[in-house]
Amino acid sequence: MLAPYLPIVLLFGLAFAFAFFSVAIAPFTGPRRYNKAKLEFYECGIEPTPQPQGPNRFPIKYFLTAMLFIVFDIEIIFLYPYAVANKALGLFGLVEIVIFIVTVFVAYAYVWRRGGLDWD
Amino acid sequence: MSHLLLAETAPIHAPSVAYSSLSPIFIVLGAALVGVLVEALVPRAERYAVQMVVTIGGLTAALVAVGLLHNTAETTVAGALAVDGAGLFIQGSVLVLSVMSVLLIAERSVDVGSAIVASAAVVVGSPTDRRLARTDRVQTEVFPLLLFAVAGMLIFPISNNLLLMFVALEVLSLPLYLMAGLSRRRRLLSQEAALKYFLLGAFASAFFLYGLALLYGYANSVDLPAILNASKASPKSDVLLYVGLALLLVGLLFKAGIAPFHSWTPDVYQGSPTPVTAFMSSCTKIAAFGAIMRVLYVGFNATAWNWRPIVWAVAIASMAVGGIFGLTQTDLKRVLAYSSIAHAGFILVGLVALDKDGIASVLFYVLTYGFSTMAAFGVLMLVRDADGEATHLAQWSGLARKSPFVAAVMTVLLLSMAGIPLTSGFIAKFYVFKAAFHVAAPLVVIALIFSAVAAFYYLRIVVLMFFAEPPENGPTIAIPGWSTAVALTFGMVVTVVLGIFPQPILDLAAKAATLVG
Repeated sequence: MLAPYLPIVLLFGLAFAFAFFSVAIAPFTGPRRYNKAKLEFYECGIEPTPQPQGPNRFPIKYFLTAMLFIVFDIEIIFLYPYAVANKALGLFGLVEIVIFIVTVFVAYAYVWRRGGLDWD
Repeated sequence: MSHLLLAETAPIHAPSVAYSSLSPIFIVLGAALVGVLVEALVPRAERYAVQMVVTIGGLTAALVAVGLLHNTAETTVAGALAVDGAGLFIQGSVLVLSVMSVLLIAERSVDVGSAIVASAAVVVGSPTDRRLARTDRVQTEVFPLLLFAVAGMLIFPISNNLLLMFVALEVLSLPLYLMAGLSRRRRLLSQEAALKYFLLGAFASAFFLYGLALLYGYANSVDLPAILNASKASPKSDVLLYVGLALLLVGLLFKAGIAPFHSWTPDVYQGSPTPVTAFMSSCTKIAAFGAIMRVLYVGFNATAWNWRPIVWAVAIASMAVGGIFGLTQTDLKRVLAYSSIAHAGFILVGLVALDKDGIASVLFYVLTYGFSTMAAFGVLMLVRDADGEATHLAQWSGLARKSPFVAAVMTVLLLSMAGIPLTSGFIAKFYVFKAAFHVAAPLVVIALIFSAVAAFYYLRIVVLMFFAEPPENGPTIAIPGWSTAVALTFGMVVTVVLGIFPQPILDLAAKAATLVG
């Protein structure tokens, strides 16, 4: 009865073995060369923004970015179920989702024109 | 993956939408979106004028649409929205009064800029804040925010579906939380008001949702007619029904500012910019009463014997809190806030009647009260000292010597709120009491006593204005610009005319007193 799930179990095992093997073998095979960039927060080269004084305070920019992210996050949340059922929803659903996207873009236009996307 | 593909084969039937019946909502929402685009695309210097045109144009167009729909009585969107007489009357009242609020917000001559802050995000007291306070810059986002709130208020009283009603509640509340924090003067007080309103409002919304969930558990539906049918025929326990209704009412009574869920009202009314307070005390209240009426009359008609005592209790509590605590206030905005709590109690008396007369009297009452309170807050904007509006009662003493006209206008409005004959307030109270008398005579007697108590503190202000000595360096009376003058005159004229010649509006309310289930 559980036979169809055997490949999944095997995949889990394979994934775990690969992760364990990679981490375990690295200290023995990899070269160790000092590099300052590798000790940065973001190895991709982005410089961390200096933190203000005081405990637990973040620049307001982060909150702003997080809030703007929510707008598009919500849009995606609604687009996924629509994409799955777009044939069943027909023309009515298409019109509705277009209206929805337009309203999100009105918000986007506001944020963009009023400088909400400028980091500095 | 095959089950996902299967889902595509079953067609989903879209509900039929009566677009024309819902056109007022679409117009206001469309105007709000245009307002956001105006904020994005129009240069700062022209924004104010353009926003005024968009906002007043949108609201007027929606009002015309409501007028054209006056004979409609139908449910649409799969029964979720009921466009009927009572709903349209409430929508029309909200639209007229929101146009007046926009006119009050548009007042730019009594204060630099307007009553609205230059930039809401600037830290209070910072050098930028002090510099901006002297410029005529205004956070013009207040106009689209108001339009979004109005759109919520148009959906709220016509929702026959509790989930949709909740969405409408949030659509009308969220912009109001922001608008409460936009005052140009006394900004910290304003921001405090916004935060209090937001926290308590979110709390009340959670109660509403909890009640909704329990009612779904009882009736297996969130549609009000389905809940009514379930309560008529069901042999099962009613506990879920009544607990659900009680929690639902907490959320609704909070929005209408009814005791014991009134505690936010004085602080928020005092801190908010005065035109926004006027908007909240008239439009929000009207919309909230529309929703309460629909929930109780459409969803819980069959169980009235069980909820009537609750409405009795909150009505008496509201009249008592408004009447007694209003006496101890020294700030006029707080006095008017307590007055609004007391008035909410009187309106609830009409709700107890549970018949067509009850609906008509409530409709008439909310309309007349809306006009009186709107104009009263408008007068408050004109009496000023160096710090902005002079709202302390001591500053109003002897006002009649400085400006007999302003004092006389305020007197008429206060007399209307007190319910003195020849003003709209008297007619409104009379019809509410008349409608409720045959089912709730003791409640009407209690309401009469409390209206006498409340009359005392209105008359106290009148006496103060006419017979007290003016203070040493008292406030000055600002000359209103055209927009405030129009709004004030309109509110004043309606208050007097509906007191002397109320029959056309009474007939309209009686004709509109239908709720489609």
